[in-house]
Amino acid sequence: MERIKTLETRSLCEKKGGCGECQTSCQSACKTSCGVANQKCENSDRK
Amino acid sequence: MVHQYVLNGFHIVVDTCSGAVHVVDEVAYDIIALFENDTEEDITRKILSKYAGRPDVTEAEVRQCVADVRALKESGRLFTEDRFAPIAGTLKERSGDVVKALCLHVAHTCNLNCSYCFASQGKYHGERALMSFEVGKQALDFLIASSGERHNLEVDFFGGEPLMNFGVVKQLVAYAREREKECGKHFRFTLTTNGMLIDDDVIDFANRECDNVVLSLDGRKEIHDALRVDYAGRGSYDTVVPKFQRLVEKRGGKRYYMRGTFTHLNPDFTKDLFHMADLGFTELSMEPVVCAPGDPAALTPEDIEIVKEQYEILAAWMLRRKKEGRPITFYHYMLDLKNGPCVYKRLSGCGSGTEYMAVTPWGDLYPCHQFVGEEKYRMGNVWEGVTNTALREEFRACNVYAREECRECWARLYCSGGCAANALHATGSIRGVYRAGCELFKKRIECAIMMQAAEQLGEENETADR
Repeated sequence: MERIKTLETRSLCEKKGGCGECQTSCQSACKTSCGVANQKCENSDRK
Repeated sequence: MVHQYVLNGFHIVVDTCSGAVHVVDEVAYDIIALFENDTEEDITRKILSKYAGRPDVTEAEVRQCVADVRALKESGRLFTEDRFAPIAGTLKERSGDVVKALCLHVAHTCNLNCSYCFASQGKYHGERALMSFEVGKQALDFLIASSGERHNLEVDFFGGEPLMNFGVVKQLVAYAREREKECGKHFRFTLTTNGMLIDDDVIDFANRECDNVVLSLDGRKEIHDALRVDYAGRGSYDTVVPKFQRLVEKRGGKRYYMRGTFTHLNPDFTKDLFHMADLGFTELSMEPVVCAPGDPAALTPEDIEIVKEQYEILAAWMLRRKKEGRPITFYHYMLDLKNGPCVYKRLSGCGSGTEYMAVTPWGDLYPCHQFVGEEKYRMGNVWEGVTNTALREEFRACNVYAREECRECWARLYCSGGCAANALHATGSIRGVYRAGCELFKKRIECAIMMQAAEQLGEENETADR
């Protein structure tokens, strides 16, 4: 039986990205407790 | 490194360094917990002993599951080695001295007198002041000149209450729109407001020009009015709620956040989020108060435990609402596992003091809005640029791997080291760790990942292993 289901995720091992066009974390809503995980990637082509 | 937890009936395994997330049954959950330290023989023996009464847990099944775990490890989706530590320090060097976002403090004054305000009623422990157009214009010129190849530039109108200087805000946006065409840039504006001065003119402007509007509402009337009062001590709820509703309705219900602060008064803050939803708001953010430990509004260790439970309640409520076709967005649960930030973003952090800075009404530069008013953190000004280059280097070197305690944290690539200002205020160093903030952050990410599991696997799986 299938005991492990793997969700579809972006692999962090792929060294793509770094264009810097995404939003600065604190500009969006929190202003006091930022993280980065909930930020959108602006580079859909993943160059 | 893997992180395992059980939440809302899901057994979840997060592989920190690949970002892979696995939803497993309890047998696989136990096998993964044993995998790195035990032999296959030992694992098989222990699992068969623990699940002796379970007909579905046979030796062949257990060995198959061990093989599956091994295959995941070999394919880089479990127990992935950390290869980021050596490069973390060099990433910010790559972007040079680029600045791409400014928080413009257009008004160091406020028409409300909220006792918990980290900006001390907008004054940031200094004099009341409004930013002139000339200072703001110079800030925009500084941003354009410092932005290198970056196309998207972000400007947040902040305060105090920025609408107390609305004329200058409008002038600055008009100036930026003029300059962006000739410079090949695109400005994204955010307006953060307490709502007191919202009228049709503001609504039309905000909905035409601002990519994002952040509206301050703490939730239930009695909670909001306890702290968000005017200088006569009158609550502001009845004034601002109809204005917010009108703005959001005319905005089409998108590209805004209803942003609240919860304090010692309301660690049960989900009731405030439920209230916001009842008012018709769907894009929500609720943040723990930032204040000195002795402040009456400060969250106590007991509050932190309540808040962690509240995050679970919130996640379950949001899943129910989504199923009912009435989805709510919560800022900290906006996790996109498939298209989220690249690893460079995750290693670089929030950008304070490097690509993001705050500008005071007098044109001084600070690493971010939370450092404004702390003289030793003044970086320069919008005419001369960054003159305290040693301070910029300190912030450049401040990444998640620069913090000893973060190096072994499973959530390090979700949080990226967290907020430098919170770290400073809690520990005296921007490289410190604000422990209460960490606890809450990890709980939020656990909830957000669980929600992704529920959504990706669907209803059938949601109850399968509960």
